[in-house]
Amino acid sequence: MHLVHPATLAVLLFCVGLYGVLARRNTVLVLMSVELMLAAVSLNLVAFDVWLADELHSGQVFTLFLIALAAAEIGIGLAIVLLVYRRRGTVALDRLRALRDGPGADEAAEAAGPTDAAARPTAIDAARGQETTTP
Amino acid sequence: MSAGALPVLAAVGESGRSVLSPSGVEIVFLLVAVVVLGAAILCVTSRHLVHAALYLVVALGGLAVEYLLLTAEFIAWVQVLIYLGSVVVLLLFGLMLTRAPIGPSPDADSRNKPVALVVALAAAATLVTLVVDAFRTTWIDLSTPHGRSDALGESLFRTWVLPFEALSVLLLAALVGAIVISRARRDDSEEGRR
Repeated sequence: MHLVHPATLAVLLFCVGLYGVLARRNTVLVLMSVELMLAAVSLNLVAFDVWLADELHSGQVFTLFLIALAAAEIGIGLAIVLLVYRRRGTVALDRLRALRDGPGADEAAEAAGPTDAAARPTAIDAARGQETTTP
Repeated sequence: MSAGALPVLAAVGESGRSVLSPSGVEIVFLLVAVVVLGAAILCVTSRHLVHAALYLVVALGGLAVEYLLLTAEFIAWVQVLIYLGSVVVLLLFGLMLTRAPIGPSPDADSRNKPVALVVALAAAATLVTLVVDAFRTTWIDLSTPHGRSDALGESLFRTWVLPFEALSVLLLAALVGAIVISRARRDDSEEGRR
């Protein structure tokens, strides 16, 4: 088999994933695009391992490691997304601006709510107000 | 056709291999590649969130077929088991638990879609040019399978046993961390129940 075929497929798959990461708004969809990028890298590793006929099977072993790492990453990522959803009531990336820098940072931080326990009621009120505007 | 017509076409190997006379495996590979790419593009452009997850199943399943065609059978089955079996199910649960709408959601894409398209197309053009130029005379020899489970297992548990064990500890730590992060604390559950 021509090595260009799997290599080009991996490149194109990676760029599709790149588009998804940059263009999607829902955090779970961004995680899906990251999975696509990881899968593209796995294809590259397998193709080059088979091409070089490596004695130690490095490429395929790394692919196994990559699949396990992807499982760990998706577990942690979804746990964080669920926590954010419970706290903020949204998973849209452009609404999560608590750590935003630059102009409008103070207002964004206020909308996101302070984290200390004393100010918790105001944070809940802010989140309530935000939630009613969310469709 | 004369061998010097195009640089790519000139790359006729010593055994008469050429881009213009693909083998059966290459044809199947290209067909499955079209399916994988189409499903991937639909996955990142679909407005139905659940459909996007199901297109991801198609893309990753097609990728498992590609692994089989590259004679990496063990990786193919691991891909089916882990990616299709658990990762996509986790993603579907994530979509459900964040109350993703069943119908089309118009706000699935952010405003920087054109910028993302430009960046992705530029990256694709650059990388495809580079890859095609670098590997146009390289062929993979698939006559001897190079991904059999016994050979892979032997190398995994001889050479790579230490990274393997470290990875298992990392997976355990990640799953414990996921449980700790997503466990409902009292104040969280109050907020969640509103």
